[in-house]
Amino acid sequence: MLLRFHAAGRDDIHHTPQETFYRKGGCIYMDSKNIIRLENISVSFDDQSVLQNLDLQISDGEFVTLLGPSGCGKTTTLRIIGGFLKPDSGSVFFDDQLVTDLPPHKRPVNTIFQRYALFPHLNVFDNVAFGMQVRKMKKEEIRERVEEMLRLVNLTGFEKRSVNTLSGGQQQRVAIARALAIHPRVLLLDEPLAALDLKLRKDMQAELKNIQKRLGITFIYVTHDQEEALSMSDTVVVMDSGKIQQIGTPQDIYNEPTNAFVADFIGESNILDGVMLSDYLVEFFGRKFSCLDSGFEPNEPVDVVIRPEDIDIVEPIKGDLVGTVTSVTFKGVHYETIVDFKGFKWMIQTTDFYDVDRTIGIKLNPEDIHIMKKSEYSGMFGDYSSYSEEFDEMADPEAALTGEEAEER
Amino acid sequence: MRSKSAAAPFGLWMLIFTIVPMAIVVYFAFTDPDGQFTLANILEIRNYAKPFLSSIYLGAIATVICLVLAYPLSFIIARSTERVQQTMVMIVMIPMWMNFLLRTYAWMSILEENGFLNQFFGLFGLHFNMINTSGAIVLGMVYNFLPFMVLPLYSVMAKMDDRVIEAARDLGCNHFEVFRRIILPLSTPGIVSGITMVFVPAVSTFVISKLLGGGKNYMIGDIIEAMFVGSASNYNLGAALSLVLMILMLLCMAFTRKVDNDEETIGGMMA
Ligand SMILES: Nc1ncnc2c1ncn2[C@@H]1O[C@H](COP(=O)(O)OP(=O)(O)OP(=O)(O)O)[C@@H](O)[C@H]1O
Ligand SMILES: [Mg+2]
Repeated sequence: MLLRFHAAGRDDIHHTPQETFYRKGGCIYMDSKNIIRLENISVSFDDQSVLQNLDLQISDGEFVTLLGPSGCGKTTTLRIIGGFLKPDSGSVFFDDQLVTDLPPHKRPVNTIFQRYALFPHLNVFDNVAFGMQVRKMKKEEIRERVEEMLRLVNLTGFEKRSVNTLSGGQQQRVAIARALAIHPRVLLLDEPLAALDLKLRKDMQAELKNIQKRLGITFIYVTHDQEEALSMSDTVVVMDSGKIQQIGTPQDIYNEPTNAFVADFIGESNILDGVMLSDYLVEFFGRKFSCLDSGFEPNEPVDVVIRPEDIDIVEPIKGDLVGTVTSVTFKGVHYETIVDFKGFKWMIQTTDFYDVDRTIGIKLNPEDIHIMKKSEYSGMFGDYSSYSEEFDEMADPEAALTGEEAEER
Repeated sequence: MRSKSAAAPFGLWMLIFTIVPMAIVVYFAFTDPDGQFTLANILEIRNYAKPFLSSIYLGAIATVICLVLAYPLSFIIARSTERVQQTMVMIVMIPMWMNFLLRTYAWMSILEENGFLNQFFGLFGLHFNMINTSGAIVLGMVYNFLPFMVLPLYSVMAKMDDRVIEAARDLGCNHFEVFRRIILPLSTPGIVSGITMVFVPAVSTFVISKLLGGGKNYMIGDIIEAMFVGSASNYNLGAALSLVLMILMLLCMAFTRKVDNDEETIGGMMA
């Protein structure tokens, strides 16, 4: 009856009562108010600093991804939000209320753990019903909502199955249903898809994104897969060694990386030393290029990022720079071509084939050149020299042969 | 096929060391000293109801005390760091490496009229009558069989995944709820095997009741012993008593298992 009543006003939308619930919830809190705020969080284990002065604000209804290499502190950040770990210093706020000392069971947050952590002694139904049973909800209501949740994750009919007999993807979905069943405001997901194969991972990515959109819940998603982060998130938080490197939309992160670490971690990048001569004018490799960046000191040393797919290959005489191809790898959609420019090797992705030793020119448009301030990561990334040398060795059968022969003698 | 042939040596082992002795016990239980079939031994058991009951009673008390002591102990061990776990398990096991009789004799000299404890209490002008009481028997049982309760409990608790406990807290459980909904059901298999491993030897013991209970508190084990090596010397009645004791044990075990299975729908999967 309630459903009819709701739907009557908007005959174009079909949705179930729980969706209405979430939509309502979503509307009330949607005005990009902070739902979670981390302030100046620091954590160390046995004198090893794991998080350093971390500040993070998360808006209600947002899909936020924490992205970073293994060991950078992503899980630790989630555990602080979930209440499983108390930071050494700093504060955690929910709706502007201080919750740093609140235990997990009192926080409006649920977690999907890295390996699901389903209750092995309970069947699918009781796993999903768990949170509601703890809350002493009415039996009938619990049964209804479990059914709804199982429908949501496409597991209708699995109620009586033991969770030990489910496949990885099915367990994953039970974990999602279990966490969603108690209508959390925030869902924390710690690499939830890491254990799945590529195909299932893609499906589940779409499914999760879908669920998040439909229910309007805030998702805080941890992954070290950059593609996953870029394709699913509203906001990406790039972390390294316990510090946030950049926060932004996937486009921002990709197009305007703030430092060499981000540029290298997200996609492939050629990163060169340059000097910002004046606004919109940068010099590298002894040549001047116009660019779109401004606001640097005159003659400030900078890092210049050029994405491999942005580079146009032209005849040598027409090129801004001229170099020699040192290796080519076929990648399906494109060729990954390594080109030597005065000893610095670039990666260029091109759909045309240019053979090794061919001399080519490249053309750089102003919008293909991204300027970053120098950082502690400058000089550590973005040079493909070692990359192509490995290929050289492998591609040289004679060198390998002589090595073996020498050993035999 | 392969698994069948691999099982053959074990089948032989079972035949020689389980089936044959059982058959001999059954044979003696249903014959008289001349080898004639009789039900007299079985009927005679009526007169031994009291020691049967008191054995089960004392065994049950000892089992409950073992459980109450071992459960928190095992939990603490299982939640400790790897090194602490190893050390604590070792400490629990060390008494088991000493001879059973020796351990029990040691308790005898501690509890005696002029034993260690009474000498100590004597300093305060106190004296307790400890030896030859059912309390002393229970104490002996608890001391000797406690490791058999700790080990199975510890092993199920050590296997428990921390993240499952965190998941329960995440879904709204306070510490008590975590215990009731997660830790207790997940440790039930350990409780069941611990109960079995303590209750069975406790009920049938004769050394403990003899040394610590004196002549006063006869247990069924003492009677059976007397039938075979003692003054009473009646193999047939002894065999009949053993048989009944064994059946009682089997019933107890079946009952515990059933309770276990009812509690958790997938009890079999846990083991
Ligand atoms: N309980 C702990 N005791 C000691 N060190 C810890 C503990 N938990 C985490 N660490 C350390 O803190 C650092 C960050 O760990 P964290 O689990 O947050 O990394 P992560 O970003 O989630 O990595 P991954 O992608 O591999 O899961 C690591 O160096 C880890 O070894
Ligand atoms: Mg992690």
